[in-house]
Amino acid sequence: MQLNINGQLRDFAEPMTISQLLQQLELAPERVVIEHNNEILTAEAHNKQLQDGDSLELIQFVGGG
Amino acid sequence: MKIYLNEQPEIIAATLSLFELRQQKKPGADLLIVNGYPTDADQSLKEDDRVVLIQRGEQPTAEDLQHLMMARHTPGVHEKIKNSCVGIAGVGGLGSNIAIALSRVGVGKLILVDFDMVEPSNLNRQQYFIDQIGLPKVEAMKENLLRINPGVEISTHHQRVTAENLTQLFSSVDVLVEAFDAAEQKALLARNFLSKVTDKPLVAASGMAGFEPSNSIQTQKIGDRLYLCGDGTTAAGPGRGLMAPRVGIAAHHQANAVLRLLLGEEPN
Repeated sequence: MQLNINGQLRDFAEPMTISQLLQQLELAPERVVIEHNNEILTAEAHNKQLQDGDSLELIQFVGGG
Repeated sequence: MKIYLNEQPEIIAATLSLFELRQQKKPGADLLIVNGYPTDADQSLKEDDRVVLIQRGEQPTAEDLQHLMMARHTPGVHEKIKNSCVGIAGVGGLGSNIAIALSRVGVGKLILVDFDMVEPSNLNRQQYFIDQIGLPKVEAMKENLLRINPGVEISTHHQRVTAENLTQLFSSVDVLVEAFDAAEQKALLARNFLSKVTDKPLVAASGMAGFEPSNSIQTQKIGDRLYLCGDGTTAAGPGRGLMAPRVGIAAHHQANAVLRLLLGEEPN
């Protein structure tokens, strides 16, 4: 399965959900905002199944303000 | 010929010079601003010029104050933003600086939301004073903003922003600013605002701790209405604190992004 993540094409062997992708990329889901095929996802939508060719923007927030 | 004197339309003789106008209207004026820029020299005036005559040290009436403050803006800016409403989620290091910049520039209405109180450690970067320690930040900020510009309408909410209440708190904004401290709160606000409110831009910030170079802080656009200011990586943590200069830089990136959006310009 090929995904476009933040503008880069990456290959993944297994089909997976968005939560599983975050786990694999070692990103804390509560600090990440995900745009999936041009749609911003709510936390509940993180169990969505990813499809070959999907496009994702993973926006990772760091603390401070 | 029509000009604007202290932002009010005024018909004057076409031949009247700046100094002659001062002589007629306010002989004691020692600060002359023409089209947003101060000048010492006499000059001829033309149709639609904006002239402000100020006597230094004189306390203006509340009505005149707004005009005098707006005199230093680029002409036309004030008209476009005075009817706008900006929500600021969090009035700490980022939000307090943003609120002040937007008040000085004359945004018509601000909605401030924060659950926190002013405490001593805030004073290293946040726009509060020692005698405000212990006050809810939103109340202290309202007090400070009204001392700067009494013409801004300020609505305050001393509470935590949640996924459930944010659409109601910020239903009337033209632009929302994310100005929280915790990464989880930042992401929660962005995720929920962008998925539930479908037509308003969000100006958020991530990465402004420490004393890394100023120019590493940038404004970038993500998707069609998220603007993210900061370097994206320098988290606050042990060994890397939050300090006034760099937090201020990120805050003013956000404030300028808001101003540009209100003026119909792309922020980056």
